[in-house]
Amino acid sequence: MRIPGLALSLERLPAPLPIWRGRVDADAWQAAAQAVAAGPGRLVALWGSDCGWRGTAGFTVCAAYALADGLVWLELPLPAAAPNYPDLAPYFPCAGRMQRAAFDLLGIVAAGTGDTRPWLDHGAWPADRFPLRQATPAELQAPGREAGDYPFIRVAGDGVHEIPVGPVHAGIIEPGHFRFSVVGEKVLRLEERLGYVHKGVERRFTELAPLEAHRLAGRVCGDSTVAYAWAYCMALESAAGCEIPPRAAWLRALLLERERVANHLGDLGALGNDAALAFGLAQFSRLREEWLRVSGEVFGHRLLMDRIVPGGTAADLDPAAANRIGLQCDAILLQVKELRVIYEEHAGLQDRFIGTGQVSPQLAAKLGLTGLAGRASGQAADLRHDHPWPPYDALHMTTASHRAGDVAARVAVRFAELSESLRLIRAIVAELPAGEHRTELHLGAQAAIGAGWVEGWRGEILVALELDAAASAHAIRRCHCHDPSWQNWPVLEHAVIGNIVPDFPLINKSFNLSYTGHDL
Amino acid sequence: MWKIIRQIARTGIRSEAPPDSDESLRLEAERIQRDVLAILGRALAIRQVDAGSCNGCELEIAALDNPYYNLEGLGIRFVASPRHADLLLVTGPVSRHMALALARTYDATPAPKLVVAVGDCGCDGGIFGTGYATLGGVSSVLAVDVAVAGCPPAPIEILRGILTAVRRRRPGAEEFSDGAA
Repeated sequence: MRIPGLALSLERLPAPLPIWRGRVDADAWQAAAQAVAAGPGRLVALWGSDCGWRGTAGFTVCAAYALADGLVWLELPLPAAAPNYPDLAPYFPCAGRMQRAAFDLLGIVAAGTGDTRPWLDHGAWPADRFPLRQATPAELQAPGREAGDYPFIRVAGDGVHEIPVGPVHAGIIEPGHFRFSVVGEKVLRLEERLGYVHKGVERRFTELAPLEAHRLAGRVCGDSTVAYAWAYCMALESAAGCEIPPRAAWLRALLLERERVANHLGDLGALGNDAALAFGLAQFSRLREEWLRVSGEVFGHRLLMDRIVPGGTAADLDPAAANRIGLQCDAILLQVKELRVIYEEHAGLQDRFIGTGQVSPQLAAKLGLTGLAGRASGQAADLRHDHPWPPYDALHMTTASHRAGDVAARVAVRFAELSESLRLIRAIVAELPAGEHRTELHLGAQAAIGAGWVEGWRGEILVALELDAAASAHAIRRCHCHDPSWQNWPVLEHAVIGNIVPDFPLINKSFNLSYTGHDL
Repeated sequence: MWKIIRQIARTGIRSEAPPDSDESLRLEAERIQRDVLAILGRALAIRQVDAGSCNGCELEIAALDNPYYNLEGLGIRFVASPRHADLLLVTGPVSRHMALALARTYDATPAPKLVVAVGDCGCDGGIFGTGYATLGGVSSVLAVDVAVAGCPPAPIEILRGILTAVRRRRPGAEEFSDGAA
C-alpha cells in the first residue's frame, strides 16, 4: 500500500479489510491530500484526538483516505500550544464541515480555512472549553453562551425571499434546519444548519467499557445499527488482534443485508408517497413491517440492535429459522418485482422522479458523493465489492450503478440493491458455515489502535478506536464514528438548485441522510 | 392501473385488532374510536418531536402508519404543526440543542395537551445519559403524562402508551396536564 509520490511508512492493522496507518508531518499531510485528490482516492473521514492520555500534551488530527488498495489512516501530531494543521478543504470540499466540527469539539484549527463558522457548537457549552479535550464535566456544564443568529449566506435580488424550515420538521423525521432562498417556487440556494441532535456520543464512549460500548455504537444511528455495531466490533477486534469465527462473519453479513433491505423497503414506499402515490407507501410499509416482524421473531429485535457483539453475534441461527428467512426472501422478491413494474410504468410517478434533484457524475466526484447516492451518480465504490471481506469474498456481489444522478436513478439503485441483498441473504442462509457464532475477546496489556470499515445501507461507515492499556482498565480514550452523511449533506444543497420547493421532500428522501449519525 | 388494483386485491386487508390497554382489557376498534370521540369530540392529532433520538424510535413510530396498525382507522393521526395537535409524542434523550425547540413546540400546542415520552432515552436519557450535550429524559423539559420504555419500543407499545394517555383524559378520570411543569 502506498500513496503515489509519497514514501510513507505504513503499518497494516489486523482487520478483515485492508486498513493501513501511518504518522505524517505537516508537509506529508498536505502532499498526501494532493496526491489522493489527484488520483481516484476519496476522503472518508477527518477527526481529531487529544493525546493527553498518552502522557504527552498535544493533539493529533487524523484523515482516512480510501484508495484502490484499501484505507489509509494518517495521523498528524499537533503541539498543545498551537494545534493548527493544513486545511484539506481545497482538496476535498467535504472536509470543510468535518474541520469545523473538529474545532468545535477539540479546538484544533484548519489553518487558513475559509469557513470558520461553528458547526456542531450551538452555544450550549462555554466557548473556551472543548468537549473532547480532557475537560471535566463540570467545566462543560458551566453556563453556555446565548446561541446567536447563525450567519446564513444571503441571496439578494428582486423577488428573492427565504423559507426557514425546522429544526422541528413536519413529518416523523429527525430535526435539522434548512434555509431556502427562493424566487417564486424555484430554489436558488439551500443552506443546511445541522447539529441539533448532538448528544456528545464521542465523549460518552470514553465513559463506557470497551466490551459494552458496542451498544452505544449501535445507537449512533438507529437505521444503521447493524453497520455501526459491526464497524465498532471490527475496530475492537482489530485492536485486540481477535479473529472471529467464520460463522460469526456470515451471520453478521446476514444482519447487515437484512438492515439494508428494511431501509430500502421503507424508503421506496416513502418515495412513492412523496410523489403522491400513497399506494406505494401502503405496499412497501406493509412489506417492511413483515420484514421487521421476522427479524423480531428470529433474532429478538425488530431493528436488530445489539445482535452484533464483540467476538461474534449475540445469537445463532437454527435451520428452521434459516429456512424461514429464505422463504421470506423469495416471497418479498416476487412482490418487489411487481411493485417495481408498477413504479416504472406509472407516468405520474416517473414524471416526478426523472430529472429531479440531479447530481452529475462530475459534480459527485468533485464533492465526494458516497454510498448509494454516489452509486446513482456514477461513483461505483462499494466496500463489499471493492474489498470483499468474509463472507463477501464468497458471495460475489454485483454493484448497482447508474449515471443519471436524479431521484429516478437513486430509486433504480435502491431497487437493484434490494434485489441483490435478497439474493445475498438467500445465499448466506444456504451456505452458512458450521461452527461457533462467537469467540472470547481478550484485550491485550498494551494500549492499542483499531479500525472498522463497513458498507452500511447508506454508505461506508468508519470507526476509529484508541484503547488505553490494561493497567488503565482498557479505557476507550477515543472512538470516532464517521457517517457517510457527512459527505452527502453538502451535495444535497447542490441537488436542489433550480428545483421547485415542493420537490425538496422527494429529493431529500431519495438521499435519506442521517442527522443523528452526523450530529453525534 | 389494473396492476395496482390487482396488487391491492391480492394484498387484502392486513390491519390487526388494536392492542390491550394498560387495564389489560381487550378493546375493540369501535370502543377505542368511541373513547377518542367521547374525550376529544374528534380525531386525536399527534405532533411527533424528535428531541435528540438515534432515529430508532422514529422508525417504530412511523411504522404505526403502516396498514397493520391502521392508526387512522382508530381516529388517530399525525399532524404537521403543533398548533393542530392534542398530544406531543417526544423521543429523547433531549439534546441541549433541541431543548428550546421542544419547549417552543409545547408552547405552540393548544391546551389541554398531553405529552407521551417514547423510548428508554425519552424516559431517562437511556444509554446517552446526561452530559454536556444531553439533558436526559423528556421530563427534564416538559411534564410527561405517559412514558413508554423500550429501545425502541415496538409500535404496539407506543400505541398502547398513546391510548393510556388518552384514557387518562376521559372525563372523571385523573386530571390531565394542561400546562408546563
